[in-house]
Amino acid sequence: MSSERIKVLTGNDLLTGDVTWWTGNGWSKAVDDAVAVGDNAETIAAAEQSAQRVVGAYAIDAMRDEHGLRPKHIKERIRALGPTVRLDLSLRPNDPSATAWIA
Amino acid sequence: MYQYDTYDQAMVDSRVSEFTDQVARRLSGALTEDQFKPLRLKNGLYLQLHAYMLRVAIPYGTLDSRQMRMLGDIADRYDRGYGHFTTRQNIQYNWIKLEDAPAILADLATVGMHAIQTSGNCIRNTTADHFAGAAADEVADPRPYAELLRQWSTFHPEFDYLPRKFKVAIIGSETDRAAMKLHDIGIQVVRNQAGETGLRVHVGGGMGRTPMIAPVIRDWLPPLQMISYLEACLRVYNRHGRRDNKYKARIKILVHEIGADEYRRQVEEEFAHILTLGLEPPPAELERIKAQFADPAFDPAAPQAIDLSDPDFALWVDQNVHAHKAPGYGIVTISLKPTGGIPGDASADQIRLIADLARDHSFDELRVTHAQNVVLPHVKRSDLHAIWQKLDAAGLATPNLDLIGDIIACPGLDYCSLANARSIPLAQKISQRFADIGRQRELGELKLKISGCINACGHHHAGHIGVLGVDRKGLENYQLLFGGSEGADTSLGAIIGPGFTEDGLVDAIETATNLYLAQRTGDERFLDTFRRIGSAPFKEAIYG
Repeated sequence: MSSERIKVLTGNDLLTGDVTWWTGNGWSKAVDDAVAVGDNAETIAAAEQSAQRVVGAYAIDAMRDEHGLRPKHIKERIRALGPTVRLDLSLRPNDPSATAWIA
Repeated sequence: MYQYDTYDQAMVDSRVSEFTDQVARRLSGALTEDQFKPLRLKNGLYLQLHAYMLRVAIPYGTLDSRQMRMLGDIADRYDRGYGHFTTRQNIQYNWIKLEDAPAILADLATVGMHAIQTSGNCIRNTTADHFAGAAADEVADPRPYAELLRQWSTFHPEFDYLPRKFKVAIIGSETDRAAMKLHDIGIQVVRNQAGETGLRVHVGGGMGRTPMIAPVIRDWLPPLQMISYLEACLRVYNRHGRRDNKYKARIKILVHEIGADEYRRQVEEEFAHILTLGLEPPPAELERIKAQFADPAFDPAAPQAIDLSDPDFALWVDQNVHAHKAPGYGIVTISLKPTGGIPGDASADQIRLIADLARDHSFDELRVTHAQNVVLPHVKRSDLHAIWQKLDAAGLATPNLDLIGDIIACPGLDYCSLANARSIPLAQKISQRFADIGRQRELGELKLKISGCINACGHHHAGHIGVLGVDRKGLENYQLLFGGSEGADTSLGAIIGPGFTEDGLVDAIETATNLYLAQRTGDERFLDTFRRIGSAPFKEAIYG
């Protein structure tokens, strides 16, 4: 299983507050859609915030493998999924492996 | 309870209009986020882990059924069907959209509610004893003073940009049910030997990363000088409070660093000057407010004796119904801590049920407690069984008031962007470990409080057992504290030793409670036994 460590950009949708991930040409609620931003995080964040498409954007470390993208820190994994105590409100309400993905 | 006059309503309506315009300008780009952020915070709107979070003010924890029903309707209409009652007697919604915020505030305004100054570096919601106006041990109902403070502090132009947030609590009895000494300003209504009513003022308390117990700054203050005196306290703070370091900006740091005597001296100097300015509201204003907090028309024939043959009902009455000053009445605490549940959360349906119970059985009045429960303050004992049956059917009748299952927990890393660790799953595990109510009652009064970070929104410093979640090399870890207390015997908990994993923490708490049971004498609470025998036996039992 090969994996790579990358930097991805995340923020919140200005209108809805939803957690969003930079896909390269827009924002997605699905963390697996995030792309590596390398050293361009600040530039992209500034442009997207100016354009009113995102608020509070910042870069995080994550690991990508064939299963998808997994943020390095638990806080970002909780942001990506939803509250662990209300999985019914998360992005994966019917996924029994969701809690294990967070831990 | 307080009813808005035309001025109050006009101010809230105007604020809604102003914020609606501010949101529109944010969405159009006319305001940047840096410009907008302080404005939205002053209207209680945070950007949190998953969405915007709105904190609605419940002044000194008091509301009526119409307002409570609106809170339930907002949960359904704009959020995801539930709300979270907080340790400052407010309610929070976790899934708010910015585009909906003006409409929510407009809805709140129709029932005399708002989210003004529930965040930001300003004077926040003044909290009070949740048994105010009902408990037998009261010198005077603190809420009229809290209402006067609310009117004074809302939109106060001089204190709109303080060095940091400012929190006031007020109680009206020797029994401290509001953690008064752990606030920036704590006020106690007292009576002297001549029978006169006065105020004792504590300044410089707080929790967070440097917890402190507020010293008495003024032992006796005539109530009709309260506003002038608080003005002086705030002016000295505003003048000298640090603005260069967010972590040293609270008034507790100022009082600690210059000393209580010097702080008092400066306040008295400012106070003497302010008295010459005539800032104090006329006595008639306090009397007008007091009149709205008059006792309801208690039924003098309400029976004290009730049928307690149902053991589950009897248990709930014994644990969750507090003695009332009026014969035949009781103060009901509705536990929002079901076994394994999320402390302080209530569904929209539960909120509306509670509203109906208040309307039908409590003179249309409710309280939110800082322990994240809800109180029906004036209930006829003869109505208790009918109320209990409805609460039980809705999962709101857990008989655990002030027991280990009555856990205070902040939202933690499941919801809060400031948190280092999750608090709610830990609360759920502890609740399940101690699920047996018989066991909880055997342990007796045991206030367990969990914070997910050093900001201490879960009041862990004041827990008989306190838990602080930390980030230990990227993993959640939990520090255990013993010996805190929020009552008249206020004390700060001490860390017992190295931190634990979530499961390890639950085991450690069980070990500690087993030791307490083995060591207690007489009717000692856990807190009393810990204070008597010290931490060494607990450390040995837990760490070996």
